[in-house]
Amino acid sequence: MTETTLTHAIDMSAIGGVGTAKQLADETIRIKTRGLNLYYGEKQALDDISIVIPQNRVTAFIGPSGCGKSTLLRCFNRMNDLVDGVRIDGDVLLDDEEIYQKSVNIANLRQRVGMVFQKPNPFPKSIYENVAYGLRLQGIKNRRVLDEAVETALKGAALWDEVKDRLHENALGMSGGQQQRLVIARAIAIEPEVLLLDEPASALDPISTLKIEELINELKNSYTIVIVTHNMQQAARVSDYTAFMYMGKMIEFSDTRTLFTNPAKKQTEDYITGRYG
Amino acid sequence: MSKITTAQWFKGGSPWIWLSAAAVSVSLIMVFGLLLLIALRGLGFFWPADVLEVKYQQSPTEIITLIGEVQSTETVSAARVHDAGGVVPEGAETVTRLLLKVGNRDISGLDFRWINQHDIIEESRPQDMIVLERREWGNFYGYLKSVKVDGKIVANGDEAWPVFLERLDKTIELFDQIKSIHTGEIGSINYDIEELRLAKRRLELDGVTDTVPYSEVEEQRAKLNKEYQLLQKDLDVLYRNIEKDSVMLVAAGGREIELRLSKVVRGFKPNAMGIPTKSLHYLEKLWEFVSDEPREANTEGGIFPAIFGTVMLVIIMSILVTPLGVIAAVYLREYAKQGPTTRLIRIAVNNLAGVPSIVYGVFGLGFFVYFLGGNIDQLFYAEALPAPTYGTPGILWSALTLALLTLPVVIVATEEGLARIPRSIREGSMALGATKAETLWRIVLPMASPALMTGMILAVARAAGEVAPLMLVGVVKLAPSLPLDLNSPFIHLDRKFMHLGFHIYDVGFQSPNVEAARPLVYATALLLVVVIVALNLTAIWVRNHLREKYKALE
Repeated sequence: MTETTLTHAIDMSAIGGVGTAKQLADETIRIKTRGLNLYYGEKQALDDISIVIPQNRVTAFIGPSGCGKSTLLRCFNRMNDLVDGVRIDGDVLLDDEEIYQKSVNIANLRQRVGMVFQKPNPFPKSIYENVAYGLRLQGIKNRRVLDEAVETALKGAALWDEVKDRLHENALGMSGGQQQRLVIARAIAIEPEVLLLDEPASALDPISTLKIEELINELKNSYTIVIVTHNMQQAARVSDYTAFMYMGKMIEFSDTRTLFTNPAKKQTEDYITGRYG
Repeated sequence: MSKITTAQWFKGGSPWIWLSAAAVSVSLIMVFGLLLLIALRGLGFFWPADVLEVKYQQSPTEIITLIGEVQSTETVSAARVHDAGGVVPEGAETVTRLLLKVGNRDISGLDFRWINQHDIIEESRPQDMIVLERREWGNFYGYLKSVKVDGKIVANGDEAWPVFLERLDKTIELFDQIKSIHTGEIGSINYDIEELRLAKRRLELDGVTDTVPYSEVEEQRAKLNKEYQLLQKDLDVLYRNIEKDSVMLVAAGGREIELRLSKVVRGFKPNAMGIPTKSLHYLEKLWEFVSDEPREANTEGGIFPAIFGTVMLVIIMSILVTPLGVIAAVYLREYAKQGPTTRLIRIAVNNLAGVPSIVYGVFGLGFFVYFLGGNIDQLFYAEALPAPTYGTPGILWSALTLALLTLPVVIVATEEGLARIPRSIREGSMALGATKAETLWRIVLPMASPALMTGMILAVARAAGEVAPLMLVGVVKLAPSLPLDLNSPFIHLDRKFMHLGFHIYDVGFQSPNVEAARPLVYATALLLVVVIVALNLTAIWVRNHLREKYKALE
């Protein structure tokens, strides 16, 4: 199949940043990895990954299941440390600081790099307490400060109007989509610099998904966002830059438009035209 | 429609449904049957049965009068009675015998006797028959003749009964006053005097030569003694008053005895009572049973100290075992590196649950009482030596021993609870910058609290029913004072205590008056079950409340 007859599995008009093709060289870089390898015991999950994450942009990782995109995401806030038998070599730099150094305070790092997971995981507490959790961890007890931060975060997550009258009800009584936005509110309440989204809409219905995608568009003005998804349309819709990964390797990384319309590698093309994955 | 063959019936699973339903039924029948049996036997005891007066052919030449309550009837073969030396009517195959509670142990020496139905010549239920519950010698059965005050007869015949009731109320009031002075004021003074003695001894041991502290102690002691003298004077007056009244009674066979009213707990005429009066009497007796102290080597009165001891023991045990078990489980599940060592520890913990409880008792006695308690005495209570304070069985050591016994249950239940908290919730907390400890404390433990309560419920159920180890580490037949009272420091963990389980054993098998004690065994057993159920329901209620709050898992 030649490039001219390439029939895309996705609607190209929805690709983010249409008309203004972004240039990586012009961006401020927030996170940088160099020769990152990760092993689960004997098995190598990431193979020599070098990537840069530009500031105030949405960067998407796509690829088939098990390709290591979630693993890579979890390297950025050292979530992989929680898994037994993980070994990492190579560099991960956040604002030119090596985050895998012994001297790094992991709790501080995670406050700077927030994360939202695939399945909504609100705590069995009230909506208010869920959002205030991160702030309470930082020792903030002042009621007024908390109230304000909770309101700002819920507004930021486009949830305020839906829940402002039931802030003290259990968060588990909300719908799945609301729960996921609550989790995003919880993450932005502590004002991180980077927001990692690990398939944030995969457990949601189309309408909730749409809301989350709109939210991501809003959030990129204030945050650097990295999103993992195996929904290519979603990647095309929301991201400025896209990385295609396969078998633990970074196959191709460029601005979203280029990657989807004119992929440099055959493997990428096969994947986005739906030949496998 | 074709008929279902046997093979199909088997294949369809029907036999299993029937089998499991049968198993459930058997379990239910056993549980309710047991409860019904102890309830019937135990609760019947408090009902005021009619008192019979019978003319009885004791031997071919001798006719006697007997008075008493029928406790039970049994039919035995005539041959057995004959072999035992009894007289059997010609041609009778079986003999019906009655167990009569004749009371009046001071006169006859025996509370109970068996009589043969066929030897009863005449049987009646006189309306003016009275029963007196006494503080000594058990019940009295007979007739009231007269009431005396200061040795002079004040009422006779039919007038005697109302006067008796009136005087009895007053006497009991006096008795309660005396008792409250004894256990209350004088009890505290004794306690304080003992504390002073120990304070003086402590001064001596510390080698204090200054005379000022000694004289302070003496001063206080003199003050307490003065208070004591005053109370003693009050008591003398009360004692004189209480000894004034007495009653003349006629027992079976016409024998007259005089009885001081101070020895009487309660008097009633069962044959003249209707159902409502009897019901009232029944409730009164039941209340006495759960609220009063035992009398007469535990065969009469109530068992309040035993209920109190059981509940307090279980509460202290829960307070001790919960933090210990939870911390152990948290370490095992959350912090320890999973491997052969943790597996070994788990095996050890599970096996600990299978060790016979008496072994824990022996361990408790050797380690807690003698070693720990002995050392505590040496270090902190040297002034009381050679009398031990903690170096002797007591409620603290019992609670600790039971805590050890129930530790595996709490550990296993908590571990299961911790394992059920989803990883995603923990990660959610960590991703917000929480450390592992913060996540545990703020998220994981609250969410695991229902499981933790399940562990506690199982622990309480096991501990409340345990008797064997307690016999070695703290339980006694009769404790002079409760482990909780108004003398500071209010909670006396060094004291010995009474326990319902041990009470059952003691009353049933160590009592001098087995026939009298038997219904009490059932009543106490019922009460023990009720106490355990109440403790469990409380814990279950707390757990359901927590579940409601943290129902993320469902």
